[in-house]
Amino acid sequence: MNPIRRNRLIWIAALVAAAGIAAAMITYAIQRNITYLFTPSEVLRGETGAHARFRLGGMVSANSFQRAQGSLEAHFRVTDGDAEMPVVYTGILPDLFREKQAVIATGRMEGNHFVAEQVLAKHDETYMPKEVADKMGMAHKKHDVEIQAAAPVAETR
Amino acid sequence: MLPELGQIALILALLVAALQAILPLIGAQRGIPAWMAIARPAAFAQFALVALAFGVLTYGFVSQDFSIKYVAINSNSLLPMVYRYTAVWGSHEGSLLLWALILSIWTAAVARFSQRLPAEVIARVLGVMGAVAFGFLAFLIFTSNPFERLLPAVAEGRDLNPLLQDPGMIIHPPMLYLGYVGFSVPFAFAIAALLDGRIDARWLRWTRPWTNVAWAFLTLGIALGSWWAYYELGWGGWWFWDPVENASFMPWLAGAALLHSQAVTEKRGSFRGWTLLLAIATFSLSLLGTFLVRSGVLTSVHAFASDPARGLFILVFLGIVIGGSLVLYALRAPSDDSGAPFNVASRETLLLANNLLLSTACAMVLLGTLYPLLADALDLGKISVGPPYFALMFMVLMAPLILLLPFGPVTRWQREQVSKPLAMLLPWGVLALLVGVAAYFLTPQSSWKVLAGVLAAVWIVVGTLRFVWTRFAQAGRQFTAEMLGMTLAHFGIAIFLVGALLTEGLSQQREVAVAQGQSVELGRYAFRFDGAERYQGPNYVGDRGTVTVFHDDAPVTVLHPEKRAYTSGGQVMTEAAIDPGFSRDLYVAMGEPLGGNSWALRVHVKPFVRWIWGGALLMMLGGLVTATDRRFARTETRRVAAGEAMETTA
Repeated sequence: MNPIRRNRLIWIAALVAAAGIAAAMITYAIQRNITYLFTPSEVLRGETGAHARFRLGGMVSANSFQRAQGSLEAHFRVTDGDAEMPVVYTGILPDLFREKQAVIATGRMEGNHFVAEQVLAKHDETYMPKEVADKMGMAHKKHDVEIQAAAPVAETR
Repeated sequence: MLPELGQIALILALLVAALQAILPLIGAQRGIPAWMAIARPAAFAQFALVALAFGVLTYGFVSQDFSIKYVAINSNSLLPMVYRYTAVWGSHEGSLLLWALILSIWTAAVARFSQRLPAEVIARVLGVMGAVAFGFLAFLIFTSNPFERLLPAVAEGRDLNPLLQDPGMIIHPPMLYLGYVGFSVPFAFAIAALLDGRIDARWLRWTRPWTNVAWAFLTLGIALGSWWAYYELGWGGWWFWDPVENASFMPWLAGAALLHSQAVTEKRGSFRGWTLLLAIATFSLSLLGTFLVRSGVLTSVHAFASDPARGLFILVFLGIVIGGSLVLYALRAPSDDSGAPFNVASRETLLLANNLLLSTACAMVLLGTLYPLLADALDLGKISVGPPYFALMFMVLMAPLILLLPFGPVTRWQREQVSKPLAMLLPWGVLALLVGVAAYFLTPQSSWKVLAGVLAAVWIVVGTLRFVWTRFAQAGRQFTAEMLGMTLAHFGIAIFLVGALLTEGLSQQREVAVAQGQSVELGRYAFRFDGAERYQGPNYVGDRGTVTVFHDDAPVTVLHPEKRAYTSGGQVMTEAAIDPGFSRDLYVAMGEPLGGNSWALRVHVKPFVRWIWGGALLMMLGGLVTATDRRFARTETRRVAAGEAMETTA
C-alpha cells in the first residue's frame, strides 16, 4: 500500500470511528432526555409504563382551578374529554394558563396526583399545541365530537 | 384598490423572478450576452416591485384597512402607531413578504456591487437568487397571500399578539432574516461555480465579505431574540433550546463553519468541495429554519401558525433546493480537491477540526430538533427532547473547539512544528487555569461552570492577545481588517462564555407569594414588595407593582414589574422589570394576584447575564470588520499558490 493510500485509510478509519462514537453518544443522550406526551386516559390505562417523568397534555377542566389564598400551590384538573387527572403545581403559572384551555404539564405521578414541575400553556386564543390536538382529535373522533378548526394565528418569533 | 395594486406588484415580481432565473442561466450556459445582461435590471425591477408590495401592506396597517384579512387579524384600532409598522411582519404572510423583500434587497446589492465580476458569473449568481425568489414569491401568492380581502370588511381588528408589541420585536425578525437570506449569496455563488465547473479563488474572495455580513446579521438577530425572550417572556431564561431557537441556531453554526472553510479555500485552495457543500448546507438550513417555524410542525414554547395546506409546498420547495443542489454537487463537484498540500500539524488541520466540530454540533442540534418529528412519523409516540440533551452535547463538542481556538491564529499554514505554538501558549494556559480556579473559590456557589467559564474566557483572550502581540512585535507585518475582525469575534466568544456559564452557575431565583410590605431574600439582596396598583394603558389594563431592592440593607433601586390584560383579546402579559448591571441583573416579574394584597412574585439575581449579548455583539462586529478587509475588494487575478481556477469533471 502506498503512503498516500495508507494515510487516507487512517483518515477514513478515524472518521468512521468518530462518527460511530458521536452517533452512540447522541443516541444515548437523546434516549435519556426525551419525555413522552400522554393524555389523562392514557395515564389511567397505565400506558406510561416505565416513563416516570412525562408530559401530560389536555385541557384545564372548567371550575377545577383552586389556589389557597396567599400560597403558590395550585390545584387543577386536566381532561382529554374522556378522563380527568388532578394536577398539583407550585409556582407561577404562565400568562396564558386558563380553564378550558390547552396545557402541557411536565412532571411525574405521585399517588393519584400528577405533580408538575413545569406548565406550558398555549400561546394564542385559538391555538392548541399540535401534538395535543392530534391526541384529543383521536379521542373526539371516537366520541364523534365536532372539533373546532384551528384558525391561522400569530406566531411569536 | 390599493391592496390589489400590492397583489399585482407581487405577481409581476414573480414573473420578473422567473425571467431573472431562466434567461441569464441559459444565457450563461450558451454564451448569449444579451440574455445574461437581463440579470441586473431584473434584479433591480424585482426589488422595486417587492418593495412596492411591502409598502402597500404597510400602508394597509397604518391606515387600518380592515378589509385586508391579514391586517384585520393582526392589528387593532387601539394599536399604537409604531406597532402598526412592525405588525406587518407579525405573522406568517407578512413575515414571508419581509423575507422576499430582504432577498430582493440582497439581490439588488449583489447586482450593484458586482460590476467587476465576469458576466457569466454574475448572470449565474443572480439567476440562482432569482430562482429562490421565484419559489418564495410563489409560496406567498399561492398559499399565504397577505393581500387577501375580507369582504365585508370588519369594523375592528383582532389585534397584534401582545408578545410582539415590544421594541425588541421591531428589529429581531428583520435582522434574523437579513442573516438567513444573506446566506443565499454564498449559496448562489456555490451553485454558479458548480454550473460553471470552475472554482476560482477570485470569486471566492468576492463572496467572503457577503458571508461575513450575513453571519453578522444572523448573530445579531439571534442575540436580539434571546434578549427579547429574557425580558419579555418573564421567565428570566435566555436560551431554551426550543425548536424555534434551534431553527435559527443551525444556520449560525453552519455559517460559522463556512466562514472558516472559505478562508482556507481562498488562501490555500484546500477544502474546495467542502466549502461548496457548506455553502449549500448553510442556506438549506436557513430555508429549513424559516419553514420549520412557519409551517407549525414543531411544538414550541412559542406559538406558531399551523396550516397543513402549506406543508406540501414547503416540502416540495425544500426538496428542489436541497435535493437539486446536492445532485448538482454530486455531478460536478471538483475532482481535484487537494489544493496546496499540508501536514497534520498545520493551520489547515486546526481549521478542519473547527469545521468538523461546528458541523457536528449543527447536526446534533438538527437531530434533536427533528427527532420528535421523526418519532411522530414512525408512530413512536409524541415525545420532546429536553434541554439537557442539547446542553450536554453542546458542551462536549465545544470544549475541544475552545481548547484549540487560540492555536489557530499562531499556527502556520502548511506545516508547523508542534512544539512552537505549544510553547508559545502554554504559559498563558497555565495563567487561565489559575484565574479559573481563583474564580471558583472566590464565588460563593463554587460551581464547576464558573471554573469552566472563566478558564475558557481567559484562555481565549490571552491566547488571542498572544497572536496580536506576535503580529505587532515583528516589524513590517501588517495587521489587516480580517485579523482585527477575527480577534474581535474570538473575544466575543470569550465574553459570551463568561456570560453564559456564570449566569448558569451563579443565578439565584425564587418564586414566592408576598403580601404588601413583605420581603424576599436572595443572597445579599432583599426585594421588598410595596404593593401594586391598577392603571389604564393605550390598549390594555395594567397592574403595576412596586418592588424596592436592597443590597446589604442599602437601597439599590425601585423596580416596577407589570401585569397587563390586553382589551382586544383578553390576553395577559407579564412585563418583567430589570435593573441591568455590568456584573449582575436584578429581575422581577409578577405572577398572579393571590387575593388580599398579595401577589406571586418571581425574583432573580443573574450575574453577568449582559455579557451574553455583549459577546454576541462583539462577534457581530468581528464579522462586519472582517468584511471590510481591503483584500476582498481586489479583483485582479493575483493567484494564490494553488488557488488557480481548477477544471472539474463535467
